[in-house]
Amino acid sequence: MAQVTFEEISASDFFYRNRDIAGFTNPSRAIFAAIRELVENSLDAAEGLKIPPDIYVRLSQEGEASKETHVYRLRVEDNGIGVPPRHIPSAFGQVLFGSKYKLKQQRGTFGLGGKMAILYGQITTHQPATIISSTGGMSKIYIYKLMIDIQRNRPIILDRKVVINKEHWQGTVVEFCLEGDYLRAMPKILEYFKQTAMVNPYANLTFVDPKGRLYRFSRVTRDMPDPPKETLPHPYGVDVELLQRLIQVTPYNNMLDFLKNHFHRVGEITARKFLEFANISPSKKPNKLSHQEIVRLMQMLKKFKEFLPPDAGCLSPLGEELLKAGIVKELNPDFVVVHQRKPSTYAGHPFIIEVGIAYGGEVPRKGSFVIYRFANRIPLLYDEASDVSVKVINSMNWRRYKVTPDMPIAIVVHVCSTKVPYKTVGKEFIADRPEVRREIANGLREVARQIRRFLTKREHVDRERKRLGVFSKYLPKIAQFSTRLAGMDKSPDVEKLLRSVKKFGTEGT
Amino acid sequence: MGRKERKTSVIEKKKEVTVSLENLGLKIYEQMDKGYFPSIEMPSRSTENIYYDPNFRQFILGDRKVRRTARNIRHIKPFTQLVWAAFFSHELTTQRKTSTLRDVYYSAQAYEMTFKDQQESNNIITDLETILGFSREDFNIFPEERSAVFGDLTIEYTVPGYEGKTLNLTSHPDGVLIGPALTSSEFIETTADKVIAIEKGGLFTRFIEESVHKKFNAILVLTAGQAPRATRHFIRRLNKELNLPVYIFTDGDPWGMHIAMVIISGSANAAHLRELTTPDAKWSGVWATDIVNYKLPTDPLDEVDVKRLYELQRDPRYKDPLWQREIKTFLKIKRKAEQEAFSRYGLTYIVDEYLPAKLKETK
Repeated sequence: MAQVTFEEISASDFFYRNRDIAGFTNPSRAIFAAIRELVENSLDAAEGLKIPPDIYVRLSQEGEASKETHVYRLRVEDNGIGVPPRHIPSAFGQVLFGSKYKLKQQRGTFGLGGKMAILYGQITTHQPATIISSTGGMSKIYIYKLMIDIQRNRPIILDRKVVINKEHWQGTVVEFCLEGDYLRAMPKILEYFKQTAMVNPYANLTFVDPKGRLYRFSRVTRDMPDPPKETLPHPYGVDVELLQRLIQVTPYNNMLDFLKNHFHRVGEITARKFLEFANISPSKKPNKLSHQEIVRLMQMLKKFKEFLPPDAGCLSPLGEELLKAGIVKELNPDFVVVHQRKPSTYAGHPFIIEVGIAYGGEVPRKGSFVIYRFANRIPLLYDEASDVSVKVINSMNWRRYKVTPDMPIAIVVHVCSTKVPYKTVGKEFIADRPEVRREIANGLREVARQIRRFLTKREHVDRERKRLGVFSKYLPKIAQFSTRLAGMDKSPDVEKLLRSVKKFGTEGT
Repeated sequence: MGRKERKTSVIEKKKEVTVSLENLGLKIYEQMDKGYFPSIEMPSRSTENIYYDPNFRQFILGDRKVRRTARNIRHIKPFTQLVWAAFFSHELTTQRKTSTLRDVYYSAQAYEMTFKDQQESNNIITDLETILGFSREDFNIFPEERSAVFGDLTIEYTVPGYEGKTLNLTSHPDGVLIGPALTSSEFIETTADKVIAIEKGGLFTRFIEESVHKKFNAILVLTAGQAPRATRHFIRRLNKELNLPVYIFTDGDPWGMHIAMVIISGSANAAHLRELTTPDAKWSGVWATDIVNYKLPTDPLDEVDVKRLYELQRDPRYKDPLWQREIKTFLKIKRKAEQEAFSRYGLTYIVDEYLPAKLKETK
């Protein structure tokens, strides 16, 4: 008989063994995912203080690892909020430690990505990561060399330096080595920067690739959306796990206070009504709830019809102006129209859909629409076909809007939510939720109507230009041939005739 | 038949054509010079405007006019093409060059004039014919298809390099092509006293081999199916200028009948043109009644043949009793016969027996 051993594994160990689910599937995906996670952390760090982000990414080649893969050194610098020195080791050396457990719209979902990148680097190269950070002002610059103790999920501090911050620098630098395949990953990485620049038009992004090529995406505005506010979970959106965690940490010792203080849009009256509805005593101690009672509580929370819908104040959509600026900046289209939907909710999570359509300019003509998908201001680059936006786009009757796939059309869909309904941890595509689908469809219909208006007008102008072109092509020829036929020396003047056509032509427009 | 002094007819006509082209150019030039959008009026060629004229014994165009104006966005392209076509025809006639419809289509491209297809350029040439009342052969634009002539007729060329040279049309046993050079020739002399037009090349050759031209004192013309316009005009000239009666032999079916009829009375497509018809020409066979009388080997009429016969029955050109009788007979016997069918009686039967009998009958 085989010996079966059970052992408890740490969070680091778990993710080490299951790195696929976080997007570190293969050497090319890994390098893409590492850059992406760190850039997103940097963007969040700057936006939290409403500082227009300045992000510098450098990828340099350190040596060969295998036939196809190389060891690269990745350095990401930002001008964000910085990490307080005592948190640096845990923030970068301990998986599932972080600031992302409260509910607000953020790019990262699990506080996992950045550490996953460092963990992956350590696994593949056995080299420590360097973290440099300062919270600005009079504080000093802290430099750490870290490794992660995978089995115990603990940071190992190899070196620690403190430097005087003469320049009052604020921000974070993360530098580490990892194995990957940049050549393979290059198209996606460049696309990632381009699209990130599109939805973060207030950010400066700089990328220096291993061949020394510099890609620079400059900001076109310093206006930024208001940073998202933290919010409590809405009763419709909770699960057993969350309830259990809340019960463990709550300072309140009766159900009434527990509900009032831990849930979004639940006040005294609503809490009392709910407890009556659920047949739970207001004075019951939360920590006395049995497992079955917790499950029942969750079910009753979902059943109760009188909770107010969640407030969208915790969301930070880009806004029509900024979305437009971003699209114009990256696609330089002939025409662009954007639209922001009113807040809506799915399963207790508020969300806002922003959409845009761009026509012409640098939008490629490739026989199908160019679709840009974003969630909480990050581009989604993989598994396009499975995404709800793509499903909506494909099911729309575009011909009604005079739009055909052979036109240079780009469609932008941005989903903002405290909980983006991703299908996977890798943040690849958005699940098909009826509420989300409906909002995307309504938004797209709105911009499609406007593009139809634009195309109709353009058609008219085109027709007019064509008409004038016909006259100016043929009238001189008539003059030329009739002059020669009649044996005359001088051609009759056609300019006057052309002018009269033009005058006539512009009357209608 | 004696020697004829009509040397000037061809040259005079050329002059007339050139001048009318120049006048068209002048008309357009003047309109533009005065600051107007030029326009041209011409008879409509739509079917509602085509009438059969019993006096002319051919189709003619009615009074309906169409107006092409450079003011109209839909007209300006064909208008330009028309002016170009006039210009190009003028170049051809003054430089004494010839061209074909196909050639016109390609020549246009040298002037950055584009025709969508051959049909479009053909239509423009027909417009020019309609406006000026000359046929495209007068503009030196000749069809691709060629028919032939054989017989004792001496012609004098007017084409460049051959001016003044003469040719007797018996010189070549295959016959002489009715092409631009021949159509533009003057008729000098003939001993023939009739013209026999034949639909098919096989029979044309047989007639030459059997010396029909000598035995019957005839000029033989091969129409090679439906006679091209140049050939119809050529037959008309033989008839009008030399006073030769014309006899037409075709297959004994509705299509053969119609080949003869187009030589006699013209086609609706050429309703805008004169001088293509030979109203006094005779259809000498093969008649439906010949099929019966000569017991010719036959094929059954098929559906299209019958449909065509009913169309012809209502056609004003066919109102003459002879034609009506033959149409009825075809419909009655429901058979048709080719010219070659006479070969069942031996190779020379058609020349020895049938031809003299029919020439007599249709005289």
